[in-house]
Amino acid sequence: MIKLRGICRDYEVGDETVHALDHIELDIAAGEYISIMGPSGSGKSTLLNILGLLDKPTAGIYELDGSDVSDLPDDHLAQVRRQKIGFIFQSFHLVSRLTAHENVELPMLLMGTNKKERRQRAEEVLDSVGLRSRLDHRPDQLSGGERQRVAIARAIVMRPSFLLADEPTGNLDSKSGGEIISIVEDLNSQGIGLVVVTHDPDLGDRARRHLRMVDGRIHSDNPRKSA
Amino acid sequence: MKFIDLIQFTAQAIFSHRLRSTLTAIGIGVGVLAVVLLTAIGEGVNRFVVEQFTQFGTTTIAVQPGKSSTLGINPAVLNSVRPLSLADAVALERAPYVLYSVPAVSGAGSIEANNRERNVNVFAVGPGFDRAFKFNVNIGSFLPPDNLERARPVAVLGAMAAAEIFGSGNPLGQRIRIGNERYRVVGVMEPKGEMLGIDLDDTVYIPAARGLEMFNRTGLHEIDILYAEDAPVDEVVAGIRRILLARHGGEDFTILTQQQMLDVLGSIIDVLTLGVGALGGISLLVGGVGIFTIMTIAVRERTEEIGLLRAIGTTKNVVARIFIGEAVLLSALGGAGGLLLALIVIGAVSVLAPSIPVNVSIMYVLLAELIAVLTGLIAGVLPAYKAASLAPLDALRTD
Ligand SMILES: Nc1ncnc2c1ncn2[C@@H]1O[C@H](COP(=O)(O)OP(=O)(O)OP(=O)(O)O)[C@@H](O)[C@H]1O
Ligand SMILES: [Mg+2]
Repeated sequence: MIKLRGICRDYEVGDETVHALDHIELDIAAGEYISIMGPSGSGKSTLLNILGLLDKPTAGIYELDGSDVSDLPDDHLAQVRRQKIGFIFQSFHLVSRLTAHENVELPMLLMGTNKKERRQRAEEVLDSVGLRSRLDHRPDQLSGGERQRVAIARAIVMRPSFLLADEPTGNLDSKSGGEIISIVEDLNSQGIGLVVVTHDPDLGDRARRHLRMVDGRIHSDNPRKSA
Repeated sequence: MKFIDLIQFTAQAIFSHRLRSTLTAIGIGVGVLAVVLLTAIGEGVNRFVVEQFTQFGTTTIAVQPGKSSTLGINPAVLNSVRPLSLADAVALERAPYVLYSVPAVSGAGSIEANNRERNVNVFAVGPGFDRAFKFNVNIGSFLPPDNLERARPVAVLGAMAAAEIFGSGNPLGQRIRIGNERYRVVGVMEPKGEMLGIDLDDTVYIPAARGLEMFNRTGLHEIDILYAEDAPVDEVVAGIRRILLARHGGEDFTILTQQQMLDVLGSIIDVLTLGVGALGGISLLVGGVGIFTIMTIAVRERTEEIGLLRAIGTTKNVVARIFIGEAVLLSALGGAGGLLLALIVIGAVSVLAPSIPVNVSIMYVLLAELIAVLTGLIAGVLPAYKAASLAPLDALRTD
């Protein structure tokens, strides 16, 4: 459960204030599938980063699963991110010296999970994204689509309640982009909340709920038109 | 994050840059190598000196003229100083626990005999000298137990002096000239080797009274006391002081126990060892700068990784620990390498050149490694702090 009330995010650039987010009101239920679209600079990424607790709102209240997280101390935020949020980035952000399974193990490594369990869970998750045969490959030995699948495996290995994806197919051809989308939709159908920022209308249309942002505001919030 | 995982994670990062990690570690390694080698030489010299000083027994006390002054005034310039006399030496024989009281004056002199002349060390001592210091006579006997003040002109030759002057001939009973006096040889000593660079074999022993005359001195250089093994040192010293105070009417003498002499020497050598150790420490410092540089570069290169770590829920603290761990591991590995090399060098020296005194003190070895690790820690703190305080979003945006 996510509840945003009057969320603002201002940037001071020189003398001017940029209102990247301007009084956002938004409720997201568990397990929803939402796409966020809108022109460049409209605040889509800023909203996603606030949702993922990577950024703090300048004003407003953010409630996550019933508790106010708008002004938690840094360490506490890290803990909430670890437990409830999974990120998928346009540029993957894999650690290049680590193998696929080591990249996936990373969140568990930081948690202090023991080696055997780590390895086992990483293998399971990598298996579920179709990378059974790529466990010991390093990122530079994988295709773009495979890298994004490793990133997805890493994002879901801690079983988060929300998966936040910022243009997850932006760096991929349409075939591997399609594969990535079907993987995350599969995860959504298993109950993980999914928020996808995208410029691709076909992709955006697939979500059950469509947010359109303009100038830091939610311009429209519609359910999917049933065909 | 578990400690073992932290080590493994940091090790992975270090080994992913083999060449530059090696070079950085070498910087620290050279520092540790320098510290260990230099202090090993210092320790070696220390042991060497202690061995030299204790080879003739540890229950000795030296009594010297003049009061060693804390004000730094040379006691010899004070005219209230009475010289140590032969009579003082005789009197000290009656002090409690004292076995031998040996008057001593020494200097350089030349021996003429058998149409040869040789410059030697002249030790003018009392007749108890050989027994007090366990110097054995090879042939003949040591100086006879004459009255100290009116000793006969007899001499005992050191092994080398005897060989050089008389060759394989028998020196016993021969007449020799030392300075302007004629002496009769009554004995030849066993070879003794060196002590602190003084050749104990290229010597001649004559009675103390004769030495005073020869060197034109009013007093002895010192009186050497040998006391019983089980005697309490404090009481021996007190007994000596009491007798000399009564004879001199004031404390114009210095009583130095073997232990005090060792302490003084030891503290001088410790300062020297520390000094050369600090020199090695400078190269450690340079190694530390290397680590700082490489860690600063690493943080910049891995900004994206730091952002990712933060995004998946790593606390600032853990990020800092990862980078400090890397710096410490790097310096610890370099330090261990330096240690290993130092031990190999020292091993080689003690096999190939056993006369060079080297001695590895485990204390200095541990200290060197500890300092290496501390160097890494200090060098790593600032880059690690920088890594930890990066805003996650800014870090992720760096590509
Ligand atoms: N660090 C920053 N400092 C100043 N202004 C910023 C910063 N980050 C974002 N902005 C501004 O906030 C506004 C929203 O940016 P945001 O990245 O959310 O847009 P976006 O909708 O994701 O655009 P795009 O589709 O191009 O990714 C923009 O006007 C941008 O210039
Ligand atoms: Mg964006």
